[in-house]
Amino acid sequence: MNRRLYDKLIFEHSRAGRHGYSLPRNSFDRHIDELPQSCRRAEAPALPEVDEPTVVRHYTNSSTNNFGVDTGFYPLGSCTMKYNPKINDALAASRSIATLHPMQPADTVQGALTIYWELQRALSEIGGMAEFTLNPFAGAHGELTGLLVIKAYHLSRQNAGRDTVLVPDSAHGTNPASAAVAGFKVVEVKSLPDGTVDVDDLRSKLNDSVAAMMMTNPNTVGMFEKNIPEIARLVHDAGGLMYYDGANLNPMLGVARPGDMGFDVMHINLHKTFSTPHGGGGPGAGPVGVRKGLECFLPNPRVVKKTDGTFDVICEDSSLGRISGWLGNFTVYVRALAYILGLGAENIAKVGPLATLNANYVLNRLKDVYELPIPGPCKHEFVFDGLKDKSTGVTTLNVAKRLLDFGFHAPTIYFPLLFHESLMIEPTETESRETLDSFIEAMRRIADEATNDPETVKNAPHDTPVSHPDDTEAALHPVTTWQDLCAAQNS
Amino acid sequence: MSDHRYLPHTPQDVADMLAVCGATSLDDLYSDVPEGLRLRHPYALPQEMSEKELRDYFDRLGERNRRMVCFAGAGYYDHYTPAVVDAILSRSEFLTAYTPYQPEISQGTLQYIFEFQSMMCALTGMEISNASMYDGATATAEAMIMAVNSARKKRRVLISATVNPAVAEVVSTYARYHGITLEVIPEHEGVTNRTEFEAMMGAGDVAGVIVGYPNYYGIIEPYDGWADICHAAKALLIMNCQASTLGVLRTPGSLGADIVCGDAQSLGMPLNYGGPYLGYMCTTKALMRKLPGRIVGATTDRNGQRVFVLTLQAREQHIRRDKATSNICSNQGLMALHTAVYLSLIGAEGLRRINDLGYGGLRYLADGLAATGRMRLVYPERPTVNEALFRTSDPLTADMVLEAAAAEGILAGVKTDECELLVAVTEMQTKEDMDRYISIVKNIKL
Repeated sequence: MNRRLYDKLIFEHSRAGRHGYSLPRNSFDRHIDELPQSCRRAEAPALPEVDEPTVVRHYTNSSTNNFGVDTGFYPLGSCTMKYNPKINDALAASRSIATLHPMQPADTVQGALTIYWELQRALSEIGGMAEFTLNPFAGAHGELTGLLVIKAYHLSRQNAGRDTVLVPDSAHGTNPASAAVAGFKVVEVKSLPDGTVDVDDLRSKLNDSVAAMMMTNPNTVGMFEKNIPEIARLVHDAGGLMYYDGANLNPMLGVARPGDMGFDVMHINLHKTFSTPHGGGGPGAGPVGVRKGLECFLPNPRVVKKTDGTFDVICEDSSLGRISGWLGNFTVYVRALAYILGLGAENIAKVGPLATLNANYVLNRLKDVYELPIPGPCKHEFVFDGLKDKSTGVTTLNVAKRLLDFGFHAPTIYFPLLFHESLMIEPTETESRETLDSFIEAMRRIADEATNDPETVKNAPHDTPVSHPDDTEAALHPVTTWQDLCAAQNS
Repeated sequence: MSDHRYLPHTPQDVADMLAVCGATSLDDLYSDVPEGLRLRHPYALPQEMSEKELRDYFDRLGERNRRMVCFAGAGYYDHYTPAVVDAILSRSEFLTAYTPYQPEISQGTLQYIFEFQSMMCALTGMEISNASMYDGATATAEAMIMAVNSARKKRRVLISATVNPAVAEVVSTYARYHGITLEVIPEHEGVTNRTEFEAMMGAGDVAGVIVGYPNYYGIIEPYDGWADICHAAKALLIMNCQASTLGVLRTPGSLGADIVCGDAQSLGMPLNYGGPYLGYMCTTKALMRKLPGRIVGATTDRNGQRVFVLTLQAREQHIRRDKATSNICSNQGLMALHTAVYLSLIGAEGLRRINDLGYGGLRYLADGLAATGRMRLVYPERPTVNEALFRTSDPLTADMVLEAAAAEGILAGVKTDECELLVAVTEMQTKEDMDRYISIVKNIKL
């Protein structure tokens, strides 16, 4: 990526009278200016006026300010930034999908429905679930959908009083937030010093108001919740359901299935475990799987296989309702299915162990200089509580920013909230030993600098196009549009 | 040899790395997983396919999809995607990045989100936009929750019967489970019944009112004065708008809307059998701290350069957890880039021309269909841009039209009733396509 900032906005390339569109000739007799004045805008929207080459150059230059998985190592904990295979992008761009309108009759979209169905079946096999809906748009949307399945289940049993969701204190922020959107109260369950759920604390919080317990496994400190059979039994005995947050599913591939662990409902982040590109914030996909008996509550519309082997799209009254305009981010499914088929049954089973190997390798080679609050072996990720030597005043934020100078994306920082200086590292299975070694070398060099040249670390980054943005100013006087920028310049 | 081209380790790498970990096998790293939970059988999944086999497999599936000349709309429109958009979106610096948490190495993403926010504000006439929602339906549901969160203790929201039913269903799901009372304002001859609306506002317990613009039937409803009625009752006016038509329509901002949301699919996003599209949400500065989702703001860095960062994050789930304005985390980031590139190319004049083609085409088709005596506009006096409701004359039914047209590769519209079809026209359908449509209707055997 660039070391110098390309700092223009497209608005700054605008010149009156230029254009970048190419449209068919208009030979119709009637025109939009017939619309009554009261319906029409007073003036044209203030969009840039730019020619095509300028648009291409602008965005190409802007892209060089960015760092992606294709640029370099991206050890962002809990985000599973693995390689995004190019063949999957090529297949997702197919014209035979691009042109399909959601309202087309089912007999004209059998290929698309086959993709939906086959992916749904593959995820069910990998998750140990009866059926998946692919409709949710992202992980948090999957959480919401899964929780609504649970709510619909309890309501169907006249259990409206089950209004509470239990969430470990180490959980991703989306867990409590999704529970709130689903209309649940949230009660936190404490963690033990090893980061796993405190079963005694859980037991004390179980009662007939509990609708569900949400968990990741491995959890956010990368530890397998080995008491999961007991936890599931306790929650089930209390009449609650078990929800699996699939954000950390990657290390379980080939090892264990959430359905077999006692989970009733789960979501999967296709943009994590199943390699679909994250797109700078989306589109992702958060398919939701359920155990047998809960299928009837899945959101509408549903893709079903008919007895003659063809597919249809249906809506059912028992469903929790509709949570998306149609069937979700469809082209993401093409990529995920291509990933599964491109690896095949045998290699998918290697993904989990190899991801776990990479995490343990990095952990073992850094634990003498970084504080490891929970001893390994970890699963796909682990958390350091900052540098071992706390006397230097070098923080986790400083370490993260210094890593940028060495050409690495920063790990997830200050999460989970269990430690003050959390530095959460997730190298995935697609990273080579050489990449890991160069990351380890950079991390060790930073630890060395923290002792011998702490100011260099504290003032990092030095070698990025941007350094130390003023976040306080941004929040205090929000400037969120070109219009705001112009107003600020004029005042 | 390594196992697969995506998995770099050779057996020697694995052995060496295990040694560093003090383990002798990969299984050792899972000693904490109880034996009873271990997967002891191979996945019942297909064997590995080569790239060529993958292409063949998806090509074969593609042959089972049928490309149609698309006169269907109902919220999703067949517009042209310029080649430049695909070229830029496939740049992996954009495509393979995560959410821009590290602004030092994410200015590309942050710049285009800032541009996207600016463009959405220009289209809607609003003051602030977020970085995107999932789709138009979920954006509208989140707008409802935002209205309830902005009102003190009021949990009643009204939605017009003329809002797209798929959107209304999603809003209704969110309302039902979130403890919001959602009531429908009835329609009268294709538009929201204003008398009923005013009566329903009377109790003073309404937090928000959701209307469609253009509405489900393509009609541009006159919302003059609606914002005043809402504001007098301390309720927010939420307008669900079809993005492309905002290029020519009176802005929701000038109508006094508080939240403007909807789907930006109509800004040249491929239909892709339902997604990815882009939900957008804009509001006023007064309400900016209630907005869900990510927001990008401008600031300066240590060297005085203008730079962009994620801002106002105290609203979001990773900080506020169950007190956040929403649970949204991943959004539709790359589709915000699509929108920014598309609108840079198309511009205000391009949008005007696209709407003009749809407007002229719809009327050409309507005149031709009327001449057959078999299909006519249901509300010919109501203003529309590029979509309108048609009624078939007895004994012709909507299904008969859809079937006859499908046999000729034409998707004639979306059936809304036995004898009603919603028909949309964009720059994608030619005069010849419309002549074929007309001739098919004319020749259906009754």
